[in-house]
Amino acid sequence: MQLAALALAIVSSPGLGAEVYLAPEKLLAESFGASPPKPSILWIAGDTRDAVERILGHSAGALRVRYWSQEGRTAWILEEIGKTEPITTGIVVDKGAIARISVLVYRESRGWEVRYAFFTDQFKGATLTALRELDRNIDGISGATLSVRALTRLARVALLLDAEVRKAKTSR
Amino acid sequence: MKRKSRQQLGVLCLSGLAAGLFASGLALAQDREPSQEEMWGIIQQQQREIEELKARQSATDEKVEATADRIEEVTVKEPAGGMVEGWWNKTSIGGYGEMHYNGGDQDQIDFHRFVLFFGHQFTDRIRFFSELEVEHSLVGESKPGEVELEQAYLEFSLTDRIQSKVGLFLLPVGILNETHEPPTFFGVERNIVETNIIPTTWWEGGVGAHADLGAGFSTDVAVHSGLNVATTGSSAFLPRGGRQKVANAVAEDPALTGRMKWTRIPGVELAVTAQYQDDLTQGQDVDAVLLETHASIRRGPWWLRALYARWELGGDLPKAVGRDEQYGWYVEPGYVFGTAKGDVGVFARYSQVDNTAGDTTDSKIKQTDVGLNYWPHPQVVLKADYQFLDVPAGQIGDDRINLGVGFMF
Repeated sequence: MQLAALALAIVSSPGLGAEVYLAPEKLLAESFGASPPKPSILWIAGDTRDAVERILGHSAGALRVRYWSQEGRTAWILEEIGKTEPITTGIVVDKGAIARISVLVYRESRGWEVRYAFFTDQFKGATLTALRELDRNIDGISGATLSVRALTRLARVALLLDAEVRKAKTSR
Repeated sequence: MKRKSRQQLGVLCLSGLAAGLFASGLALAQDREPSQEEMWGIIQQQQREIEELKARQSATDEKVEATADRIEEVTVKEPAGGMVEGWWNKTSIGGYGEMHYNGGDQDQIDFHRFVLFFGHQFTDRIRFFSELEVEHSLVGESKPGEVELEQAYLEFSLTDRIQSKVGLFLLPVGILNETHEPPTFFGVERNIVETNIIPTTWWEGGVGAHADLGAGFSTDVAVHSGLNVATTGSSAFLPRGGRQKVANAVAEDPALTGRMKWTRIPGVELAVTAQYQDDLTQGQDVDAVLLETHASIRRGPWWLRALYARWELGGDLPKAVGRDEQYGWYVEPGYVFGTAKGDVGVFARYSQVDNTAGDTTDSKIKQTDVGLNYWPHPQVVLKADYQFLDVPAGQIGDDRINLGVGFMF
């Protein structure tokens, strides 16, 4: 997982465009309406970092992650490597449940099916169990096993971070 | 008024924001009660101190953010130290491997495959993929192993729905040919249909294109080097023996392969592939058509794979030895369930293969496999299965246990 800022930098690079399926700005506009909130920063530290790294199965890399929050809804732009290339993914969490997951940039040679709604719709409504697993099975795509697993991990991370944000707001 | 001043002083004491001033205030209070003007002065001075601390805090926050920015740049993007933008930023490696034990008459242990993947992203639209394989561990004269370039191609993204490739690539046919990392399939050894009818792993040199047609449909087409099968001997007209592996390969008669795939439902893949080669012998006028269709389904814990493949060879030579028709099929149900220590899957597979189906003699090979996979990690697998081999009269069958370990990364 890398920074949303990095994702934004990548998708806004000149010359790219072929694999950018959805611009982050459009994701935010579709998720929050005409005036999306300004981004906030969540530091990935302490127990949160441990939990994120347990889900990812490797170092979290980023020290902070940028997110957008409004009225119980948070949006995250996260990256995780599928087979060999990072998949840039936008995840919207509404009151602790996945409202939307969209592949923003896909760079792998195969497994492009993961960007379609017929795959990503499986995540809608998913929540995190006490063991920080998704509360449902996600059927994969033949030949794209690693990409499917990467998206599933990102969904779990987004739910975890969303819970951290809500916890922080409650304790204020 | 005095009481009020003391209260203000008490509140200020508790705030603890300006220890020095505080000390002086206390000292003053010990000598005598401060006047209202003196208290106002102290409060104003403390307010200035607070503003200054706030400014320092803001500056510190900015420094921390800037430090984090730089650390992330160095650790995430520039592992060499962040001084230059190097190839390592765009190059990836991976690999897979599998070691097998085959019981029965075979009774041997073999590190069957060790494959290293190297990829490089030249630009966002141009990428390189490669796989270098060592088969059977030991390579050399009279040694069992081989070093093979299994993939090496450039891929170009033409639009968000169309990619083209040129180089040495895996043909779009069957279930295993493009996806054969050990943790992705059941059975220690690959099934006999995708070994003897579809000569997996099957790569050729040429150009190809992939198009996403929408609604779950996609298509692949490729023009590439063809097989060059033997025309005499026990291996005559067998596709597996005809792979030239793009090694100074005869290219007189290229082949054309096309596949249509449907993946509209998660976990479900339905596909059909056709290949035409003008001359399978690269000189003896044996035209050939391969047709293949399969279903690969993984829904929840349920697993089902079924595949049918058939070769039709033209000309008189194949017909004379009964190899003008060759076909095979298999069906493989399975069930995968999670445990606290990883997933476990059980499967059964029934396969039939006939590479000499064009004559009336019984040449059909039937194989039944039952076994299990255990994944302690999604990318690591331990396998065990038992195979029952039913061969035509005159051939020697070999019922045996197979054990394997495999990984991918």
